[in-house]
Amino acid sequence: MGAEANPIAAPLAEVARKHIDGATGIAALKRLSGGASQEIWSFDATTSDGTVPLILRRAPGGVRDAGRSGTAVALETEAKLIQLAETVGVPVPPVRHVLTEEDGIGQGFVMDRIPGETLARKILRDDEFAEARPKLARQCGEILAKLHTVDKSTLPPLRVSTGSGEVEQYLQTYRQLDYPHPVFELAFRWLRDNAPPDTTELTLVHGDFRNGNLMIGPDGVRAVLDWEIAHVGDPMADLSWICINPWRFGNIDMPVGGFGTREDLFAGYEAAGGCKVDPARIKFWEVLGTLKWGVMCMGMASAFLQGDRSVERATIGRRSSETEVDLMRLLAPLK
Amino acid sequence: MQDQPSAIELVEAVTEFLRNHAMPQLQGHAAFHARVAANALDIVKRELEIGPDATARELARLKTLLSKDGTMEELNRELCTKIEKGELTLDTPGLKDHLWETTLTKLAIDQPKYSGYRRALEESGRDE
Repeated sequence: MGAEANPIAAPLAEVARKHIDGATGIAALKRLSGGASQEIWSFDATTSDGTVPLILRRAPGGVRDAGRSGTAVALETEAKLIQLAETVGVPVPPVRHVLTEEDGIGQGFVMDRIPGETLARKILRDDEFAEARPKLARQCGEILAKLHTVDKSTLPPLRVSTGSGEVEQYLQTYRQLDYPHPVFELAFRWLRDNAPPDTTELTLVHGDFRNGNLMIGPDGVRAVLDWEIAHVGDPMADLSWICINPWRFGNIDMPVGGFGTREDLFAGYEAAGGCKVDPARIKFWEVLGTLKWGVMCMGMASAFLQGDRSVERATIGRRSSETEVDLMRLLAPLK
Repeated sequence: MQDQPSAIELVEAVTEFLRNHAMPQLQGHAAFHARVAANALDIVKRELEIGPDATARELARLKTLLSKDGTMEELNRELCTKIEKGELTLDTPGLKDHLWETTLTKLAIDQPKYSGYRRALEESGRDE
């Protein structure tokens, strides 16, 4: 489909002319594969001396589904968070323009398109990233330390989520799914007994800091993407989420995203001004992160049984057991 | 007793058909979903092979742990309740072993290549 045939092409070209210096129009507009919660469009603004690579992140059909908004922030909020993160030195794609009503293409924002790779299998195996790999864990620590220093008084309204609050939220989901998983029961019980105190100091938390949401080049991390479930919470949650076994893609001995060590992650974090890493909270969030993934797999099984007859969904349902073995290794190690 | 071929052999034949004949002729989404379908049949095959004995052993362990009779689902629900209430803990004789045994069986069927499972097998000192 040519850009002309796409209903958002003309209004988007107008956005480019108004907000990108020297832009005369747009080219190479295409939808990138992305989640159901977001449309992601790649396009170039054309100028007299070349092109400016850009991304439009837009709510599906231009309108964010209110039914999903339990955890996801509004796109305007996402744009604001990216801008705040940039001011404290977190690598992000600079936001060029937040859509307004007069732009006529719904809610969303335009940001720079950063070249690089997000696919874990390539980052973990391709030669191109061989020099970057040993540096990534420390970089992730440094980036998270900065991210967690964003002044809370400058934040847009965000969901506040404590450890015990998240346990109760996932427990409720698990109960609704109504299928017995003794290992999950054990994990919930352990989490309730080991939740960080409610006096834990909370910060801005990215919420989904992991392979897939990091744009990586041969030089290292170039941008932190996908801020849609950012919230105010325990900073240790971000340090743990990237360490859960599913994000290691088989490299089980490289706990940080399959590419690095916790020692490097934590050293980078503390050296860049992060608070002292608390091993007890790190473990709490790793158990909770693993369990969350398991409950999501149960949700897939449930959706399948309720009539979404996708074989893919059905087989993801059978992946709860992967999280069970991870939880058993965390909570009842064999040695 | 059913006639030959066995259920396992039938599933194997369908999986082979998907992998070796259907998939090479498909593209994009259809090829991806055919691969997923073949993987699903691998699970079915392993469950047919491993499931019956493992299920009998799981049920026997549950009856011992809970000192009562019942169906697999009833006893698993009861086990969940007792773990939730803290009436059974990892210090309770037999619980840790039961959960490990049950979990390793699930993985042997669902995803025997999963890194966490491979590592747990090494740590448990078993070959497979």
